[in-house]
Amino acid sequence: MTESMTATAAVTEPAAGPTGRERAFGLIQRHGAAAVLVLLVAIGSFAFDRFPTGANLGNIAITSSFLAMVALGMTFVIITGGIDLSVGSVFALGGVLAAYAVRWGSLAALLLPLVVCGAFGLVQGLLIARVRLAPFIVTLAGLLGARGLLLSISGEGSTTYLIPHGALIARVGQGSVFGIGYPVYLTLALFVAGAVLLQRTRFGQCVYAIGGSEDAAELMGVPVTRTKVAVYVMSGLLAGLAGTLNAARLSSGVTILGTGMELDVIAAVVIGGTLLTGGAGSVSGTVAGVLLLGVIQNLINQIGDLSSSYQQVVSGAFLAAVVVVQTYLSRVQRLR
Amino acid sequence: MPDEEGPLLEVSGVVKRFTGVLALDRVSLELAPGEVHALVGENGAGKSTLIKVITGVYRPDEGTMRLAGRPADFAGPLEAQRAGIQAVHQEIGLVPALSVARNLLLGREPRRRFGTLDVGRMHREAERILASYGIDVDVRRPLRSLGVGVQQMVALARAVSVDARVVVMDEPTSSLEPREVETLFGVVRRLRERAVSVIYVSHRLDELYRICDGVTVLRDGRVVHQGPLADLERLRLVSLMLGRPVSDVRAGGVTRFSGGHDAARETPVVEASGLTRRHVLDGVSVAIRPGEVVGLGGLLGAGRTETAKAIAGALPLDDGRVTVAGTPLRRGSAAAAIRAGVALLPEDRKSEGVIGTLSVRENIALAALPRLSRAGLVSEARIDRIVETFMRRLRIKAAGPHQRVAELSGGNQQKVLLARWLATEPKILLLDEPTRGIDVGAKAEVQALIDELARDGLGVLLISADLEELVEGSDRVVVLKDGAVVGELSGGDLTEERVMTTIADAGGGVSR
Amino acid sequence: MTDTAAVPVSRLDRGRLLAWLQDYGVYAAIAALVLVNIAITPRFLSLENLRTQLVQVAPVVIVSLGMALVIGTEGVDLSVGSVMALTAALIPLYLGYGVVPAVVAGLLGGVAVGLVNGSLVAFVGVQPIVATLALFVGGRGIALVVAGGQLKDIHDQTLLDLGSSSMLGVPLPVVVAVVLTVVVMAVVRRTTFGRRLVAIGGNRTASELSGLPVRRVLLLVYVMSGLLAAVAGTLATARLQASDPSSLGLLMELSAITAVVVGGTPLTGGRVRVLGTVAGALLIQLVRATLIKHDLADSVAQMVQAVIILAAVYAARGAGRR
Repeated sequence: MTESMTATAAVTEPAAGPTGRERAFGLIQRHGAAAVLVLLVAIGSFAFDRFPTGANLGNIAITSSFLAMVALGMTFVIITGGIDLSVGSVFALGGVLAAYAVRWGSLAALLLPLVVCGAFGLVQGLLIARVRLAPFIVTLAGLLGARGLLLSISGEGSTTYLIPHGALIARVGQGSVFGIGYPVYLTLALFVAGAVLLQRTRFGQCVYAIGGSEDAAELMGVPVTRTKVAVYVMSGLLAGLAGTLNAARLSSGVTILGTGMELDVIAAVVIGGTLLTGGAGSVSGTVAGVLLLGVIQNLINQIGDLSSSYQQVVSGAFLAAVVVVQTYLSRVQRLR
Repeated sequence: MPDEEGPLLEVSGVVKRFTGVLALDRVSLELAPGEVHALVGENGAGKSTLIKVITGVYRPDEGTMRLAGRPADFAGPLEAQRAGIQAVHQEIGLVPALSVARNLLLGREPRRRFGTLDVGRMHREAERILASYGIDVDVRRPLRSLGVGVQQMVALARAVSVDARVVVMDEPTSSLEPREVETLFGVVRRLRERAVSVIYVSHRLDELYRICDGVTVLRDGRVVHQGPLADLERLRLVSLMLGRPVSDVRAGGVTRFSGGHDAARETPVVEASGLTRRHVLDGVSVAIRPGEVVGLGGLLGAGRTETAKAIAGALPLDDGRVTVAGTPLRRGSAAAAIRAGVALLPEDRKSEGVIGTLSVRENIALAALPRLSRAGLVSEARIDRIVETFMRRLRIKAAGPHQRVAELSGGNQQKVLLARWLATEPKILLLDEPTRGIDVGAKAEVQALIDELARDGLGVLLISADLEELVEGSDRVVVLKDGAVVGELSGGDLTEERVMTTIADAGGGVSR
Repeated sequence: MTDTAAVPVSRLDRGRLLAWLQDYGVYAAIAALVLVNIAITPRFLSLENLRTQLVQVAPVVIVSLGMALVIGTEGVDLSVGSVMALTAALIPLYLGYGVVPAVVAGLLGGVAVGLVNGSLVAFVGVQPIVATLALFVGGRGIALVVAGGQLKDIHDQTLLDLGSSSMLGVPLPVVVAVVLTVVVMAVVRRTTFGRRLVAIGGNRTASELSGLPVRRVLLLVYVMSGLLAAVAGTLATARLQASDPSSLGLLMELSAITAVVVGGTPLTGGRVRVLGTVAGALLIQLVRATLIKHDLADSVAQMVQAVIILAAVYAARGAGRR
């Protein structure tokens, strides 16, 4: 845009725009995860013969896809400045409901979890946006409530409902094209849709505006309550869907899944450059964050003599580094 | 269509009460199409309440509003905006993290067929709008990466680009560079040409006289003057705002100050020199001797609060130094200033002073804890003694020392804060509006106390918008304007009239 | 006196009721549950049952004490469960040198985690929830790496005694919990640190303007939380008779936050209710025990717990509005 050089303008942004350092921080925040991901994949391909094979990469993709779906919903929630701790329980609940409902057919196995988990998100969203309780606490209660619901369906966790191999939904969960599982394609489609929703629709603009400054958003005419409720419903739906597909893949609704998953999801979203303070972040960053966690785990598995627990150490350290940089960055911007 | 002859906005007999306090008392205001109307008044005069009524944030308890001849009763700011009343706030009402274009067009972005945003058109549109106001920036950059001035211009552009009929500007120039002020005035003139009316709130007299047609002066929730601005003398405007008649040289006897301390010839206990901070302070120097009450005069935004904060180490400075009893203070450290004996009673009691969740006792003991404890263990007996002493001496009315501070009246909260600082045995007290928002009885008590403390040898810096309090309570008044010292009055020169003429005549801050 | 402003009074009453509930609701609930249990649960008051319940709740109480301090500063510590795991992992490594070095090593692990959390919050300025999330994720990983990912049985009798012996008939973990409750209460009420902590949580700006050492206090608060979690981890390990870093302390952060909130400490900071926190932990334990005893299983217990949390924050919100 050369017209920004017109000399007639009375107010032009002074040459002292973002400093080099600031720009570097901005890049790190937005693309840091992606850069590290590329680096890790390169190192992995170089160091391990078994890493760059199609089967291995397909494996990373499928194992990451469920976390990714949940993280997609969480990205929206966090950008509004909220948090959803219930996703791990809702994920497990979705799986159990799917396996429970498969006796009425695959459609029921898909719809029941979506309806219940969506309703769960709706209730949480209403408590947060309308009654104005803190998201942290509401979804903490949701975490317990969803797991309680799950346990009561599964006879206190003693009954594991199975999904028969012939069921359509099982084939969706387990099938693959070009060595890549169907859930991966679905996840990709959801992310594309999510990116469009966030970047290219008014709803997405509202999500950013609420996280950036809820008061200002309200004054600017953003439907704050509706938008906030919507993101929690989305988060519930996506967690339920991920749980359903995961159950389909495993052929059963495993009750103990998803414990502590909410924090892995949050970690992935934050590593992907979304600020927990809200107002900034991207769906593509979340993809990078999720894949980064997946690749770290895979690489650590490749190093045969290392226990898989190094994965947690590395992702924890990475998370710490990311938040320190983010905090520093936002402080630099505030001081201007 | 608005009737060209009648007023565009008509506010009549508006009353607004807050828990018994009358914030607006039958306020009326008429705004002709294309008129730029100044709304002035000191803190607590009711300006912001009136603005909030006009922009739909508050509903008036009594009275009506009419917009273009039709009754206007807004359920919220959104309705007011839809009716064409837009506000540009001091605290810019935009989202800093979003890009300029998105802020400008939030809620009315151009869309394509499937409801997706047309980003290219959005950027072009935003550039076009901004260019029409002479603003040329990269609309894709996040708003917060731009200067405050530009941010404000974007807010203004957003407000007026949505078919505004009335635009309320609240202190629009407070953080603008002179060059940006000119651009702003250009925008205001363009609005005037389009018959958009502007309510312009500012304390900068020069600006008011340059740009405004009419003026409404509010004081204590009432309209004290209304009319064309050109007919109103500057000195008279200042006296109306401060509530002191020009002819009334000295009413006397209303405040509880005895007046005249032995402003000893001693060396100053605190000396601040060349305090400078961009847009805020411009080389302010003040010295206070023990036993002396130095007043800081000036209108809102003149830099009085900032001067006090700078001395207390609570405001980052670009330049300047503060020495207490000859020792220079580390810049920007509140703890160091407190150790040296500086105590600041902040202007905003609620957010910077009291800790509402704690009791009277704990609030009083807070700053003096190191003296009231041994090896990290609090001495309850010593605290009891100090708390009891100060509750009695300052006549703090509370159910007991264990009552939560949040439950006390404003006056008693203020006394608790005073007690907190007196318990640290300070050398200098910086009092920022010590009697604002407290009832008459408590006010007299606080004034008498200030007197007493000065007689006991404390150096006091007094900031007060109440001119009478300032003149009678101080031995010397340093007058600030736009962040710079423009005069100093003492002895026979220290009269309300002289303070007002100093404010009205002075050229103002160097940065302007 | 009779007919003045009836409507505001009833509104005030509602606020008062909620405030009362926030402050004392937890005690009332415990009292009610105890009464119900005496009536319907056979052998509820038996010494055996009381001992079991108290031993089970002791680690939760200890962790919650630290959490209450952190929440008092308007923060939160998600890493407590991982600290317990880390402690469990460290202890067997040093048991060869004796019980004291082993326990000290375990406790130092907690202190180290607290130092990292506290530095991130106080000096870097990271939001507490994120700062402690990092070690929530990484802490358990470190624990597993240290332990080689294995469950190790513990045979050292002195250490095992920590979990199973009694003092005047009171199980040792309960004694420790009681002592620590008294200590934390004294810290909150009697020390400058305690006063400053609640002041910072109540109004950080005012605290800074009053010259309080805000950063130092915050750092210390997180260190204390880490240390207390490590104590809980040590006791739990001794009772388990095994070092189990992969599952020890799972979901502990949620239990502790629940106990604190139910106990009447507002998430907005500025207040620490030590006894309330202990009561909160007891209440949740009691609810669980009651429901399980009557074959209303874990699922119902969890849902009831969720309702209790929501009720607690709702009361806090209503009370705060007065």
